[in-house]
Amino acid sequence: MQRIGVFVCWCGSNIAGTVDVVAVAEALKKEPGVVFSANYQYMCSQAGQDLIKNAIKEHNLTGIVVCSCSPRMHEATFRKTAAAAGLNPYMVEIANIREQCSWVHKEMPIGTEKAIILGKAAVAKVNLNTPLVPGESPVTKRALVIGGGIAGIQTALDIADAGFEVDIVEKKPTIGGKMAQLDKTFPTLDCAACILTPKMVDVAQNEKIRIFSYSEVTDVKGFVGNFDVTIKKKARYVKEELCTGCGACTEKCPMKKVPNDFNLNMDTKRAIYIPFAQAVPKVATIDPDYCNMLKNGKCGVCSKVCAAGAIDYTQKDEFIEEKYGAIVVATGFNPISMDKFDEFAYNQSKDVITSLEFERLTNAAGPTAGKLLRPSDHKHPEKIVFVQCVGSRCDACNEKGKEYCSKICCMYTAKHAMLTRDKYPDTEVYVFYIDVRTPGKNFDEFYRRAVEEYGVHYIKGMVGKVVPEGDKLIVQASDLLDNKQLKIEADLVVLAAAIEPDKSARPLATLLTASMDTNDFFTEAHPKLRPVESPTAGVFLSGACQGPKDIPETVAQAGAAASKVIGLLAKDKLTGNPCVAHSNEMMCNGCSSCERVCPYGAITYEDKEFRMPDRTTLMRRIAVVNPAVCQGCGCCTVACPSGAMDLKGFASEQIIAEVDAICK
Amino acid sequence: MKFSYFPGCTLKNKAKSLDIYARRSAEKLGVTLEEIENWQCCGGVFTTAKDEVATKLSSVRILKDAQKKQQALVTVCSACHNVVKQTNYAMQNDKEFAGKVNRYMSEDEYNGETQIYHYLELLRDVIGYDKIKESVVNPIGKKVAAYYGCLLLRPNAVMRMDDPENPTIIEDLIKALGGEAVIYGYRNECCGGYVRMESPELAGKKSQTVIESAKKAGAEVIVTACPLCKYNLEKSGCDIPVVYLTELLAEALGVKEDTNE
Repeated sequence: MQRIGVFVCWCGSNIAGTVDVVAVAEALKKEPGVVFSANYQYMCSQAGQDLIKNAIKEHNLTGIVVCSCSPRMHEATFRKTAAAAGLNPYMVEIANIREQCSWVHKEMPIGTEKAIILGKAAVAKVNLNTPLVPGESPVTKRALVIGGGIAGIQTALDIADAGFEVDIVEKKPTIGGKMAQLDKTFPTLDCAACILTPKMVDVAQNEKIRIFSYSEVTDVKGFVGNFDVTIKKKARYVKEELCTGCGACTEKCPMKKVPNDFNLNMDTKRAIYIPFAQAVPKVATIDPDYCNMLKNGKCGVCSKVCAAGAIDYTQKDEFIEEKYGAIVVATGFNPISMDKFDEFAYNQSKDVITSLEFERLTNAAGPTAGKLLRPSDHKHPEKIVFVQCVGSRCDACNEKGKEYCSKICCMYTAKHAMLTRDKYPDTEVYVFYIDVRTPGKNFDEFYRRAVEEYGVHYIKGMVGKVVPEGDKLIVQASDLLDNKQLKIEADLVVLAAAIEPDKSARPLATLLTASMDTNDFFTEAHPKLRPVESPTAGVFLSGACQGPKDIPETVAQAGAAASKVIGLLAKDKLTGNPCVAHSNEMMCNGCSSCERVCPYGAITYEDKEFRMPDRTTLMRRIAVVNPAVCQGCGCCTVACPSGAMDLKGFASEQIIAEVDAICK
Repeated sequence: MKFSYFPGCTLKNKAKSLDIYARRSAEKLGVTLEEIENWQCCGGVFTTAKDEVATKLSSVRILKDAQKKQQALVTVCSACHNVVKQTNYAMQNDKEFAGKVNRYMSEDEYNGETQIYHYLELLRDVIGYDKIKESVVNPIGKKVAAYYGCLLLRPNAVMRMDDPENPTIIEDLIKALGGEAVIYGYRNECCGGYVRMESPELAGKKSQTVIESAKKAGAEVIVTACPLCKYNLEKSGCDIPVVYLTELLAEALGVKEDTNE
């Protein structure tokens, strides 16, 4: 028989205001197994905890029930208290009489009655609790960062700085991500390349960091501290270790009409290419869709001009298996497609461009060498209209865009407008907006400068239609503050397209069993208190894969994710959760129902020999749970048709006892 | 192939030619349009007021009649099509609205089961532009501006006919009929609509923008499926012909002059 102590917390007036705590303590004293009962103003305070500790020792308690706030709040606190008094921490049960009782009821009698019932259920459960001991698992002291943009770069550098090995997997031929495509960065207007490329070089030179460029993660197995990851190194038809990045091949390749995705297809590249001059690794890659040698065996020019002998037309995709203790997701974002926004004539006129295309047009390394020229006729635009919120903050029933605010557009549009006016004072610049959102350090000052010092025309209202007419774009819009319809003859229209998570994020989330929201942004473990951890243990989030973010925020989050990874890798062993599933092998018939519902892949099957009463032996297939992988969700216990599967700490017997106590 | 057919009030007087040429062309293409008996006005305008039920009942009756005959429903007037299709969509998706409507009706319950085709969809999706191309006897040989107006394709979530901001359904038909389709910016903008009653000037301005835009693109003739669009363009001093697209079709198919009359 258990000797149970009950501790009823007032939580100041939070509980005591609607629950008669004295009556609850008295009522629970009469429950079977209860030998001690007390109430106190703040049970979580030092004095409250001492009360519990003393009672455990004085009354030889074997289990305790704390009637207080949600277990999410203080279960860990009271488990530690119990452990300090020599009681197994899993002999502690919390009856939530605050969030689920005093806060939702207004009248004392109702609140009190419910609190007593909740307390009785907890007592009934503790009566059946058994001490549990968590298992331990070792930690592989290496981290994997998926995505090599500024988020992934910063996370990798910070982890390496703490002395741990890091691998970066980047699907493009070079790291750098979106930031490498930008011209200048708000609000300080330093050039993106000047601050990014030194970091890229740091990554390349860091002994602790390996870069798998032009590679993808294809499989993830294991669990926190012990991930087994398969990385597909796509064939680039160039031997990385031999290529010196001299660029001779990229000048001699006769296939000149390959759309240059780095410049958003506004110009062309060769079939063998290095995305940009500061690429890391600076290694050529052959595009198999355009290379004549790979397509029909006719050419081979690059192989002839390569002094290093690095070209290898027979290269195949390579699969590499690696072990990691932690995984950081840094898969980033993309602007959404403008195909569904034909009211802005994006598909009808070359002079309607997205903001990212505008970045390339103003970038010294871009298709126009930094001169702002219209894509259609390479003339200097005299009137430019910027349209904000294209696809952002859309109505839920409008299937075209996103409901959320893309967050970065207000600032980069202000930057574009300001830089245009600065470089080309003769150019008239209009910005149409719903709201201007500038909540960042020095952000609003920046926007005000665009308006006040640079004379950018900010107009509150949306653009309804853009009509290409001759070499002009007729922009039809409303000025809401002036209550006027406007018609502007523009030379260039720039659309601030909404941003969305990279398409690779969704399949990756499935591999990692990491959760996502409806927009395919990764979900954090807690929106406020655990913002860089995924709910899946050992998986961390960095940058825009978790939500729209600008560069300062991304770098901050990347560092935060790194510190969490370092905290994990610094441990030699991880303590697991002992509340895991286990199978009663005598009852299991190996039907696989549990394996099918397990979201963590924790269940396997083995053939085991059983001795029968008549001294014969029988081979039977039975389920086996890997306690290190099991997260204790309980899906298998419900799915098991023979009742063999059960959850430690939440056994069916215990839950039924709770229900019985409530229904009595 | 037989379809239930709802012409609508205007097609019985002002816009007779839209109706007549639609039927003749359909016959020629092997489709019979069976006019619904004792139909009433579609309601004229689909009101977005959630609690407005009475003006939508006549549309539901039309849809139910087609359902009873187990036929899909064809409409040709842009405005009627918009009202009937939006009403049907509401019957499918707005349980509260459908409940109210069904309580008004004495007959069996209706929940938006009828399939609706605009005449253009009938041509494109049921008959097929390829087949139409084969049936052309008088290729149009003109520069034709398709005028969609604002109602035919919007709201897209309900109409699902074509991309409302960059459509091709009429242009593709013009090409099939041997004409040259001119693309111009204001082909999917409002003509001024009923504003004509209250502010002829404003409506005139809207229509003139459309006309100018089409003419600038080199149009010799404008085609539309909407009687109100045609009225507004003509009232606003359009100096190139504005014809119903069914008339253009009938001409190309060689059935414009009825040999039986």
